[in-house]
Amino acid sequence: MFNGSYPRVLEIDLEKNNFTVSDRRDLRPLIGGVGTASRLLLENAAWDKDPLEPVQPVIFAIGPLSGVFPLATKTAAVFRSPLTGEWGESYAGMRSAMSLRFAGYDAVVIKGKAVRPTYLRIDRDGVTFRDARGLWGLDTEETGRLLREFEPGRGYRSTWRIGPAGENLVRFAGVNVDTFRHFGRLGLGAVFGSKNLKAVVVHGAKTYPISDPKTYNAAYEAVYRRVVETPFLAKYHQVGTGENVLWLNSLGSLPTMNLQSGRFEAAAAISGESFGEASLTRILACAGCPVGCIHVGLYRKPHPEGSGYISTYLAYDYELIYALGPMLGLDNTGKVYAVLEVVEALGLDVISTGVILAWATEALKRGIVTEAETLTPLKFGQEKGYVAAVNHLASPPNKFYENIGKGLTYAAPLYGGENFALTLGGHEMAGYHTGYGCLVGHSVGARHSHLCNGGCFYDQNYGKSFKDEDLVGYLLSQEVRRNVLNSLVVCLFGRAVYEPDLIATALSSIGMPVSPDEVEAAGEEIFKLKWQAKTHFGYSLDRIHIPRRYFETPSGSGLLQPERFQNLLSLYRKRLSEKLGAAL
Amino acid sequence: MKLLRIGDLDRCIGCYSCMLACARLVFKSHSILKTAIRVRTRGGLQSKWGVDVCRGCPDAPCAEVCTEGALAPRRGGGVIFKKGKCTRCDACLEACVLRVIYTDDEGYPILCIQCGNCARFCPQEVLRVEEAQGV
Repeated sequence: MFNGSYPRVLEIDLEKNNFTVSDRRDLRPLIGGVGTASRLLLENAAWDKDPLEPVQPVIFAIGPLSGVFPLATKTAAVFRSPLTGEWGESYAGMRSAMSLRFAGYDAVVIKGKAVRPTYLRIDRDGVTFRDARGLWGLDTEETGRLLREFEPGRGYRSTWRIGPAGENLVRFAGVNVDTFRHFGRLGLGAVFGSKNLKAVVVHGAKTYPISDPKTYNAAYEAVYRRVVETPFLAKYHQVGTGENVLWLNSLGSLPTMNLQSGRFEAAAAISGESFGEASLTRILACAGCPVGCIHVGLYRKPHPEGSGYISTYLAYDYELIYALGPMLGLDNTGKVYAVLEVVEALGLDVISTGVILAWATEALKRGIVTEAETLTPLKFGQEKGYVAAVNHLASPPNKFYENIGKGLTYAAPLYGGENFALTLGGHEMAGYHTGYGCLVGHSVGARHSHLCNGGCFYDQNYGKSFKDEDLVGYLLSQEVRRNVLNSLVVCLFGRAVYEPDLIATALSSIGMPVSPDEVEAAGEEIFKLKWQAKTHFGYSLDRIHIPRRYFETPSGSGLLQPERFQNLLSLYRKRLSEKLGAAL
Repeated sequence: MKLLRIGDLDRCIGCYSCMLACARLVFKSHSILKTAIRVRTRGGLQSKWGVDVCRGCPDAPCAEVCTEGALAPRRGGGVIFKKGKCTRCDACLEACVLRVIYTDDEGYPILCIQCGNCARFCPQEVLRVEEAQGV
């Protein structure tokens, strides 16, 4: 597989309805995944054009371990974010990576705008462009069901589609993948919508001979045993990431009711443990992951006619519980599920949705927006208003929802509510008011997510007492390390397993001989490529602004001081300049 | 002789580790189709997993119809496959009651040899090998 033409890049032009496949072995030093995608973005992006212009590319990439090693389950997506205007990067699992691997493509570049709603079928023979007019307007669940009926390959295909939010260019719409997974954050769904692209179905039916079975089987087994035996991973399977609710609440790091507090009175009622007890019906895994962290619960709701119940299944994890639970003051699992159901169906990013509605709730209370604009009463703890508001967000009926559909960085200044608009680096915050690591990490991370550099994890260990140098060093080294993991592409939950030595062993066993040093060098190179792209997109450390709310509500590391944040940022700038060899 | 047995399917997480183990260790392939064990959603009105694999019929209907001597009943259940004798006639596929014999790109049958490798890679102990009864 890797002796030949890895990486094989499929380029699709939606305007001309054609595609080409090219052998890009020159990209091998970047390993794959986000490495391949970063280079392809630099080659294809239009720096001076809006993110929703047809010319902008969407790039998907898998890595050398995808589909052939445990936990290598993710597909990287890179694009110009319509939410922040700069670096867009997102990951989805389930069957996405395996299907691409066995369709025979390591990266896919999609450009142009289809003349009418279209969906793509990608398989070993190339691309089929299919009419999606009847699908346009349908929610993600119904679209998924129909595509599963239209396209064969049960069990070895992957279905990526948008809902009405993406079609309506809501800037934080996501792309739903298979069942319960997403390319979330930063608005890939809106980019699909701007291209008239309703869905992509990847059909992976190829088979490759194993070139050196003895070495490969030994490497596979070594990784597999480490994965199933490490207690670090067992927690993802059992309670799941929802376990974080009580932990972060105990630290005072759980953003609650628009971060008016770091603790939520009803935390126990919406904890991962409570979701499990009240509703867990099944635990699922992405294809090729022996851990299984996807927790599917049964949401029972009162029958609309008044007696009895109707029910559906939804997946829960920490991020969505945070965004819809504490953030909106929703104090039981049923209320969280009620809002989640519409977020999922309409195809929105759940974190941005929760944070934006929390802002709108406070803005309404303060009188800077009115109920004539929100069209529904928004009050912390009351889910009915939020269900209505999510519907409005996905299909804006007025200027207010159009505005907040562009994200808080855009909308808050229009109404005068910047001080309590919880964005960092232009991106609605993830659920960790842990300390400086979170604030600096989100602000400087390539995609302004808690996953860029793990600053919020640093806080949880060292937040109360640390040296500025150490935090800055940690953020930089973690970002490089995560670039490596995201180039393979392995799930970040496996970060403790995939150490550089093991990565080198795994890669060498499938015919990509590399040393641990070369692996590290690839991470550094990807770091530079991302910065290059971010600079082209107009990102600058000079423009970082932290809303006052972060300094008013004590974090898990205590009350944060703007001065110390500025010192950390200056230090980061210094270290970054040294790293990039350029003044910033 | 040991036979593959399927235990508590409610523990299955659909991770495909068994399928990948079969493809990797028996068929020496990177594949999710070149495998004699297949995990699928159940269909119908239950959202559960199902596992399609040889259950080791003691009288092996697939071997019964093989006129070339490529398939022979295995003591305790299941079959022994001799690829060198196979003429790719597909008779075994049609005879398999559970319909768990497939063909590869070259037309050879993909079938279970009761090796137990899939069970070795099941993280949830759904698959296991047990001593066959009455042998």
